[in-house]
Amino acid sequence: MTALAVETTGLSRRYGRRWALSDVSLGVAAGSVVMLAGRNGSGKSTLLRVLATALRPDHGNARVAGHDVRLERDLVRRKVALLGHHSFHYEALTARENLGVAASFLGRSNDESLLARVGLEARADDPVASFSAGMRKRLALARVLLQDAEVVLLDEPYGELDPPGFALLDRVISELRSRGATVIMATHLVERGRALCDRALMLEEGRLAWSGPAALMPAEAPGGSFVP
Amino acid sequence: MNPFVAALRKDLLLQWRTRSQLVAVFVFGASALLLFSFAIGPNAAALRQFAGGFLWLALLLASTLALADSFESEMAQHALEGLLLLPADPRALYYGKAVANLLQLSLLGAALVPVMVVLYDAGTARVPALLGIIVLGAAGLSAPGTLYAAMTAQLRARNTLLPLLLFPLVVPALLGAVKATSLLILGDPMGQLGAWTMLLVAFDAIYWSLCGLVFERVVED
Repeated sequence: MTALAVETTGLSRRYGRRWALSDVSLGVAAGSVVMLAGRNGSGKSTLLRVLATALRPDHGNARVAGHDVRLERDLVRRKVALLGHHSFHYEALTARENLGVAASFLGRSNDESLLARVGLEARADDPVASFSAGMRKRLALARVLLQDAEVVLLDEPYGELDPPGFALLDRVISELRSRGATVIMATHLVERGRALCDRALMLEEGRLAWSGPAALMPAEAPGGSFVP
Repeated sequence: MNPFVAALRKDLLLQWRTRSQLVAVFVFGASALLLFSFAIGPNAAALRQFAGGFLWLALLLASTLALADSFESEMAQHALEGLLLLPADPRALYYGKAVANLLQLSLLGAALVPVMVVLYDAGTARVPALLGIIVLGAAGLSAPGTLYAAMTAQLRARNTLLPLLLFPLVVPALLGAVKATSLLILGDPMGQLGAWTMLLVAFDAIYWSLCGLVFERVVED
């Protein structure tokens, strides 16, 4: 039996009176690369944030890398990296300093080769405030790589990137797969997701509408939701 | 690296990079001292008598700007959340920020003393003792101030809420700091300085302990 890196049971989360996630039960095999698809507002980001312990579930539970997201939050955080909508950086600090801050809390030395890897070596000593959105995304990717996590959660990682950035991200995902990390990637780029991912999960209005091999993901969810 | 040292280093670096804001906060405090002196008028004795109180009022008003600023950079790109997810110990993050704020407010208080001396003719020979009171009073503002700045940082009405929450809470610290400062300026024939200093020390000990414990609740989810 394949070990599960992520397992959720009846996972639900609401914002005010609206349920962003409703009774989501799923399993993701360790070492797999999974696409998370669905319309805007379907609950993709909420699911990733719950798995990353940035949000607490209101009902149900999730285990990530073998740890309970409610009861073992710090253990989950040691094994998960999230590339979210926010870059988690300090605008006043340089790219090098931002990575250094993250490294100091991780108890690691600052791996400056990561800046070269994401194509930011020439701007390493510029404040992040002067960066374009794509450069911020690259720096956020460098931070994810610094974490060297077992489970990597990517929330619309291609957003704001230029074509070389797309190629960089494809390479990073392939490298993560080859070192055995589990990757869950929320994206609207379905063709790219089909090519890169082993499996796909489709959310619709906070519910799991479809799951299966990525190559077989339908253009429409069973409920009729269009996947772009 | 020790998480507290990492947090303090990060906050000091952020303060250094945004040092122009500290200059603006100092100008605000000095302007407040100037305006308070206008309210008293050219009565040298009265100016000297109220100098300690006005110094601490100016520092209190300026502190709300400095404390609110200290969380601006944490919220802009959710940097604080990013650190919590690494995971960084919330207590280390709190104490790093609170100590950085303490250093900033102490520096601000020390910089306002010469302004007070010039405007209020309120010098003292006991400069080390005055600086000690400034550090203790700044500690009384920064411990709860850092906590409340974190609580209000994500709210639209943060600029109103921070002083509303902070001012009533720091009344004992403010009272102790004002009395101790006035005794240093005007003289202490009854030997009351020790008692007011002890009040400040006790306030600081309570709030530096309590706020570190509840910070995690404030910043998580």
